Amino acid sequence: MDWEQIISVLFLRDYNTRLVVFSTLLLGVTCGIMGGFLLLRKRSLMGDTLSHATLPGIVGLFLAGVFLGNDGKSFMLLLVGAAVTGLLGCWLVLFIREHTRLKDDAAMGIVLSVFFGAGVALLGMAQTLPEGSAAGLESFIYGKTASMVATDFQILVVVSLLVLGISILLFKEFKLLCFDETFARSLGFSTRWLDVLMLGLVTAVTVAGLQAVGLILIIAFLITPAAAARFWTEKLERMLILSSILGGLSGWIGASLSALLPRMPAGAVIVLVAAGFFVFSMLFGTARGVLLRYRQHRELRFLVSRQHLLRALFEILEGQQSGVDELEVTPVPYEEVRITRTWTDRALNKTLAHAFRDGLVKTRPTDDTILLSSRGLEEAAKVTRNHRLWELYLIEFADIATSRVDRGADRVEHVLGEELVQALEAKLQTYRWDEQVLVPASPHPIAGGVAPSTEATP
Amino acid sequence: MSWLPLDTWIVVTGALCAAACALLGNFLVLRKMSMMGDAISHAVLPGLAIAFLLTGSRSSIAMFIGAALVGVMTAVFTQWIGKFGNVERGASMGIVFTTLFALGLLLIVKGADHVDLDPGCVLYGALELTPLDPGFTLSGFGLTLTVPRATAVLSGIFLLNLGCILLFYKELKISSFDPELATTLGIDARWMHYLLMTLVAITAVAAFEAVGSIIVIAMLIVPAASAYLLTHRLSTMILLSLVFGVAAAVLGHISAITVPHWFGFSDTSTSGMMAVVSGVLFGLVVLLSPNQGLLFRSRRTGKAG
Amino acid sequence: MPAHPPGDPVASHPLQIRDLTVAYQRKPVIWDIDLKIDAGRLVAIVGPNGAGKSTLLKAALDLIPKSSGEVLMFGQSYSQVRKRIGYVPQRESVDWDFPVSALDVVTMGTYGRLGWFRPVNRRVKARAMEALDRVGLADYAHRQISQLSGGQQQRTFLARALAQDADLYFMDEPFAAVDAATEQAIVALLKDLKANHKTCLVVHHDLATVPQYFDWTVLLNMRVVASGPTETVFLEANLRKTYGGKLDLLAQAAEAVRKLQ
Repeated sequence: MDWEQIISVLFLRDYNTRLVVFSTLLLGVTCGIMGGFLLLRKRSLMGDTLSHATLPGIVGLFLAGVFLGNDGKSFMLLLVGAAVTGLLGCWLVLFIREHTRLKDDAAMGIVLSVFFGAGVALLGMAQTLPEGSAAGLESFIYGKTASMVATDFQILVVVSLLVLGISILLFKEFKLLCFDETFARSLGFSTRWLDVLMLGLVTAVTVAGLQAVGLILIIAFLITPAAAARFWTEKLERMLILSSILGGLSGWIGASLSALLPRMPAGAVIVLVAAGFFVFSMLFGTARGVLLRYRQHRELRFLVSRQHLLRALFEILEGQQSGVDELEVTPVPYEEVRITRTWTDRALNKTLAHAFRDGLVKTRPTDDTILLSSRGLEEAAKVTRNHRLWELYLIEFADIATSRVDRGADRVEHVLGEELVQALEAKLQTYRWDEQVLVPASPHPIAGGVAPSTEATP
Repeated sequence: MSWLPLDTWIVVTGALCAAACALLGNFLVLRKMSMMGDAISHAVLPGLAIAFLLTGSRSSIAMFIGAALVGVMTAVFTQWIGKFGNVERGASMGIVFTTLFALGLLLIVKGADHVDLDPGCVLYGALELTPLDPGFTLSGFGLTLTVPRATAVLSGIFLLNLGCILLFYKELKISSFDPELATTLGIDARWMHYLLMTLVAITAVAAFEAVGSIIVIAMLIVPAASAYLLTHRLSTMILLSLVFGVAAAVLGHISAITVPHWFGFSDTSTSGMMAVVSGVLFGLVVLLSPNQGLLFRSRRTGKAG
Repeated sequence: MPAHPPGDPVASHPLQIRDLTVAYQRKPVIWDIDLKIDAGRLVAIVGPNGAGKSTLLKAALDLIPKSSGEVLMFGQSYSQVRKRIGYVPQRESVDWDFPVSALDVVTMGTYGRLGWFRPVNRRVKARAMEALDRVGLADYAHRQISQLSGGQQQRTFLARALAQDADLYFMDEPFAAVDAATEQAIVALLKDLKANHKTCLVVHHDLATVPQYFDWTVLLNMRVVASGPTETVFLEANLRKTYGGKLDLLAQAAEAVRKLQ
C-alpha cells in the first residue's frame, strides 16, 4: 500500500470505492437513527428478526418469477418480496406478543427461525433449478458490498431520504412512543400504528441495505451505533444525532479500510469499526460510561467516609465544649473516633491519610490523636451543618423531601435555594439555644422514647 | 415418495437434534432469553475459524472446543455489557454476536487460501448428507448397524443435556423463576446461567457440525414456546417440547421430500422444513390450545357477549 | 464494637445494623442506619415513598452493595447464617406466568436446605403442603400461580418463607393490595411466627394497622427517625417527623392508637 493508493481511497477517486463508501455512510446514518428508536423501545433485536424474515420473500418471489416465465431476477421484484415477508414478520411478532403469554424475545425468536427456515427450504428448491440461476440470491445474506452497482445506490438514497424525512416529521410521536407508551395512548395516538410505522421504516432500510452490505452488517448497524451513542448523552435528540454520526463514520472508515487492504470484506470491517466505537464509548462515555460510573462510585465512597470522619471529630469537640460559640481545636484520641462507627483501622487510616494530604488534619494517621487544622475545622463545620440541614429538611418537609435530598451536594443552598436554607438555619439555631437536641448526633443512638415535638412549617 | 434407510437416519438425527435443543429451550424461553440461541450460533464462527486455521482440519475436536469456548464467551460478554454498561440485554446480545460473526468472517476470508469453510454451511447445514458419514458400527445379536457420526454425536449431546437438566432440575427451576430468592437461598443464579449457556453453546456447535444452525435456532425456541402455551407445569412443558421437537423432525423431513414435488421441484432442505413445520405446529397451538387458543377464546367471548 | 462476641447465636440479636449507608449512582439513599432488633419481635418498617425501605432490606441481604457499615444477623454476617434467614420479595418481582403450581413455589423455599443435587422428596413436599395449609391455601396447591388472586399469590410467597423454616424473616410489603381474608391470614401467620420466637421485619405502608399488628416500629425516612416498641415510638410527633404534614395519614394513625386503647 502506498500514499497514492491511500489518497485515491480517501478522495474517492475510484468510482467503485465512491459508490461503496457513500452507500455504507448513508446506510450508517439512517440505521443509526432508526436503531436509536429501536434501542429505546427495547427492540434492538427486531432488526435481527426482520432481516432474517426477508429471506423467504426474496426466494419466494424469485421462484414465482421463474414460474411466470422471466428469469426471476428482477431486482425490484425481489425487494418487494423482501419487504412483504419482513413486514409480515414484524406484524407476527406484535401479534404473538399481544395474543399469547409469550414475551417479546420468544416472539422474535419464533418469527426469525421459522421465516429463515422457510427461506432456506425455498432456497433448497431454487437451487435445484436447472439454469443455476439462483446463484446470486445468497448475496442478499452476505452482501456483495465490493461489487455494488449504481442502481443499488440509487435505491439506497431514495429509501434513506424517505426514512429520514418521515422520522423527522414524526419525531415527537416516536419520542413519546419510546418514552411512555401508555401515556402516548392516553393522548390519543394510535400506538399500534406508530409501532407498525416505525417497524415499517426499519424494514425499508433493512431491505434497501441488505443486498448492498449483507444481513449481519444491517443488524449491527441497527444496534451498535445507537448503543454506543447512549453512553454520551441523556438527551434523545443528541443521542440520535450522535448515533447517526457514529453509524456514518463506521461505514466510511470501514469501507475505506476494506478498499485499502487486500481481502478485507467491507461488511465485516465496518461491523468491527462500529464495535470499536462501542467499546470506546462504553469505557469513556461522559454520560453513562463505565469509567465515569466507577469514578463516581469511588468518589462517593471517599466522600462518605471523609464526611463521617469530619462529622465525628466535630461532634466530639462540640460535646467537650458545650455552650461555646466558637469551637476550639483540641486533639481527639484516635480510639474515640474509631468507636463512633464501624470502620476498620485500615479504612479509618486511609481516610485520615487522605485528610492529612489535603491539609484537613495536622496529625499523621499513625499518631494516637487526631488534630484538625483550621481549614479542617471549617470543613467539618460545613459538613456537619449540611448534615443537620438535611436532617432538619427531612423532618420539616418529610412528605416531599426524599426526591430532593442530595447529600453529595457541596452546599445545601445549591439544591434547596438560599431562602429555604435560611429558614432552616434559623430553626437550627433556635433549637440549639433551647438546649434541645433536635438533630441527633451521627450515627444516631435514638432511643425509643419521646422525641421533642416540632411544629411543621408549611 | 420413496423411503430409504437413509431417510430413517435423517429423521433420527434431526429428532435427536431437536430434542437436545428443545430441552434447553424450555429454560431459555422461561428466562426470556430466546434470542441467545440465535446469538450463540452466529457468534461461534470465529471459534471455528481459529480452530480450523490452527489445526487445518474440518472435523477436529479442536474446532468443537474453540466454538464452544466462543459460545460461552458470547454469554459472558453479553452479561458484562449488560451489567457494566447498563445496556439492555437484547442490544448487548446483538452487539456481541455481530462483532464475533464479523471477526469470524474476516478470519475465514483472510485464511481463505487453504480453507474450505463456507459460512453458508453454518446457517443452512446439510442434514441430508449426514448418513453419508458413517461413524460407528455396532454389532450384536447377529445384526450389524452402522451409525452415522452426526447421529452418534447428537445422541451424546442429547444425553448430556438430559443429564444436566435432571441433575440441576430444581436449581434451574428456582433460578429461572426467582433469581433473587435463589441467591438468598445460596443457589447462585449466575452459575446456573452460565451452565445453561455452556450447554447451548455445545449443542449449537455439535448441531452446526452435523445439521446446520438454523435447526438449532428454531428448535431452541419454537417447540418450547408451543409447549409453554399448552401447560402450566414445568415438567409437562419439557415433555411436550420434546414431542413437538420430534414431530417437527419427522414431519419436516416428510414434507421436505414431498412438498416440493407438488410444484415440480425435487427435494429441499430438511433443516429448513423442520423449522417451517415447527412454526406450523406453533401456529396450530396458538389457534387451538384448549386454554388460551384464539379460536376457543373468541367463541367463548362470543357466547358471553 | 458488637455488644456480644460474634458467633454467639443465643446472646446475639437476630438483627443488628450499624452505621449503614447505601448509595446508588451519586446519591446516598439511606444513611447512618443503626438498628438493633430483639428476638421474637414483629417489626414494622414504615416511612413515606422513596424513604428507602426496600433498599434497607436488600442491603441487609447483600442484594445491593453497601457504601459503609455492617449488618450482623445472630452476631454473624449474612453469608454465614443464610439458612436461618427468610426473604419474601415484593410480588411484582417474579413472572407469574411461570409454569409452576402454588405447591412448587412453596417447595422452592426448601431448596436451600436440601442443597445441590438432592431432589425434592416426599417429606419436603409434605412440609410444603403443611405451610400452604397454614396460610389457608391447601385447596389451591396444584393451581398454576397465574390463576391465583393477588392475595393468594402473596400468601403463596409467605408459605414459601414458612417452608424455609428460618429464624429471621424479611418481608417486603406483604400487605400491599391484598384482600381482607389474606390480610387476616398474614396477621395470624405473623402472630404464629412470633409465638415460635421468630423475628419478622415487615415493610408496611398502612399506618392505621401498625399498632394493631406490630410490637416494634422502625420509622424510616432515608435515616432512622425512631426505633423501639410501638407504644413508645408510634407517636404523633415521631410520625410528623417521618411523614411531614400529611394530616390524613396522621389522623388515621391517631385513630388506630385510640382504638387500641
